[in-house]
Amino acid sequence: MSDTRLADPGQFVVVPRRKIGTKILALVFITMLVLLVRAFWLGDIAWSYVGENLFSKAVMAGVVNTIIMTFCAMALGILLGVLAAVMRMSDNPVLRSVSVGYIWLFRGTPALLQLLLWFNLALIFPTIGIPGLFSLRTVDVMTPFVAAFLGLGIQQGAYTAEVVRAGILSIDKGQTEAALSIGMTKLRATLKIVLPQAMRVIVPPIGNETIGMVKLTSLASVIQYSEVLRSVEDIYYVNSRVIELLIVAAIWYMAVVTVLSIGQMYIERYFSKGWGATGRKETAPAPPATIEEAV
Amino acid sequence: MEALIVAHGLQKYFGTFHVLQDIDFSIRKGEVVCIIGPSGSGKSTFLRCINQLESIEGGYVSVDGEIAGYRRDGNHLYPLSDRDVARQRQSVGMVFQRFHLFPHRTVLENIIEGPVGVQRRPKQQCAEEARALLKRVGLAHKADAYPGELSGGQQQRVAIARALAMKPKVMLFDEPTSALDPELVGEVLGVMKELAATGTTMIVVTHELGFCREVADRVVFMDAGRIIETGTPAEILENPTNPRVKSFISAVL
Repeated sequence: MSDTRLADPGQFVVVPRRKIGTKILALVFITMLVLLVRAFWLGDIAWSYVGENLFSKAVMAGVVNTIIMTFCAMALGILLGVLAAVMRMSDNPVLRSVSVGYIWLFRGTPALLQLLLWFNLALIFPTIGIPGLFSLRTVDVMTPFVAAFLGLGIQQGAYTAEVVRAGILSIDKGQTEAALSIGMTKLRATLKIVLPQAMRVIVPPIGNETIGMVKLTSLASVIQYSEVLRSVEDIYYVNSRVIELLIVAAIWYMAVVTVLSIGQMYIERYFSKGWGATGRKETAPAPPATIEEAV
Repeated sequence: MEALIVAHGLQKYFGTFHVLQDIDFSIRKGEVVCIIGPSGSGKSTFLRCINQLESIEGGYVSVDGEIAGYRRDGNHLYPLSDRDVARQRQSVGMVFQRFHLFPHRTVLENIIEGPVGVQRRPKQQCAEEARALLKRVGLAHKADAYPGELSGGQQQRVAIARALAMKPKVMLFDEPTSALDPELVGEVLGVMKELAATGTTMIVVTHELGFCREVADRVVFMDAGRIIETGTPAEILENPTNPRVKSFISAVL
């Protein structure tokens, strides 16, 4: 058989492919980047204003408000979303219809419009409360914070509902049946068995939506909620350094989003428990049987 | 001896398709009944009706004197709430073809989920019982593994332990070895034989005729939604009289 050999393995020298195209492409992009940086450097930007305002009291207060609003609106959104998703998948036609109606109504109009509606609620309902029990003036209740919280949170719930539903649908029906067969009620099976597994599918898009919410809170600036965009606007109305202050806001948005992205990574790791990928390393990875089962 | 499970005049439809037609069946305490028959004959559906995973369109199933899914008051049947149905299911253990272990829980957590989470029994005691069950199915060393780290045969043995942990009155097996690699079938059948030998009441839907012959007290043959023959393993497997049974047995063997 030795006569069919071409040569001894040691005889060959592998000559690497010359990646001319890659090198030219890199050069083009580096040049463009340099030109872009140069343009900003030479442009009429007073960078000192950026540095001055980046950690100023007013801006910091805005950042804190942005974070608070993101957190509150997402919490409300996830709560409503899970509720609407579970209702949508219930056997009860009334619950199903309510859920479908809610999603239809709050996905159907722009978030900005919903914010304005909540904020101006006093125009049609001067007082709110339960007749005979208590009554409050709407203008006192519907502060910019409350209006933004309700507006952003409720419309977020409509989107989250669909994300959660997709997650629940991704779990094999056998999981529910197994849970029922050991005596769980349908609700308990959903909460204890299906949802925790669905989280693996739900977390990445929810992370995405949370990052979207950070930026969506900027809409609340139009109803006087002093989040970060509003706070830089207040400053540039006085000193006219528009671009400098917008850069300040941009830096803060990016900082918050970066932190959230890192947080998302850890949350995903937590919910992939038992899936082999990031689990315990001392044992063999998951055999295909269970992975098929979950698909 | 009194029957533990009785099905009487059971009817089941999928849309217009009559899946189960007039099923009459009963099993006594401690008895092992194997249900065999071609695919699509309604074997699994019948099993799922006993555990109320499928609705019933006519007739009834009763478990230990209680009508499944209903409260009886004289001749009136009142549908049970979700909670009461769940309570009824606790007395029926079920093992699925594709295991359906909870992948996000360890083996031990899978087993104690029912006794602790549903029956509200003390966790310490349940964990001890769970370890004893794992020892019984030969997996004492896998208590802290996740299901994804186990072979199919091991997963199915954990699934059996999970069902046993509820201390059910009857165990239902829905083609427990059909999803397994051939060399893993034996370990699961071995556990089931041991259960049968220790007096567990079992209904087993299976294609393992060897297991039927060895373990079953009675064999039920289903075809096209009906029970067409019932008898001892010798009667059904060795000397079938019904031509439909005969051709099935010879095709499988």
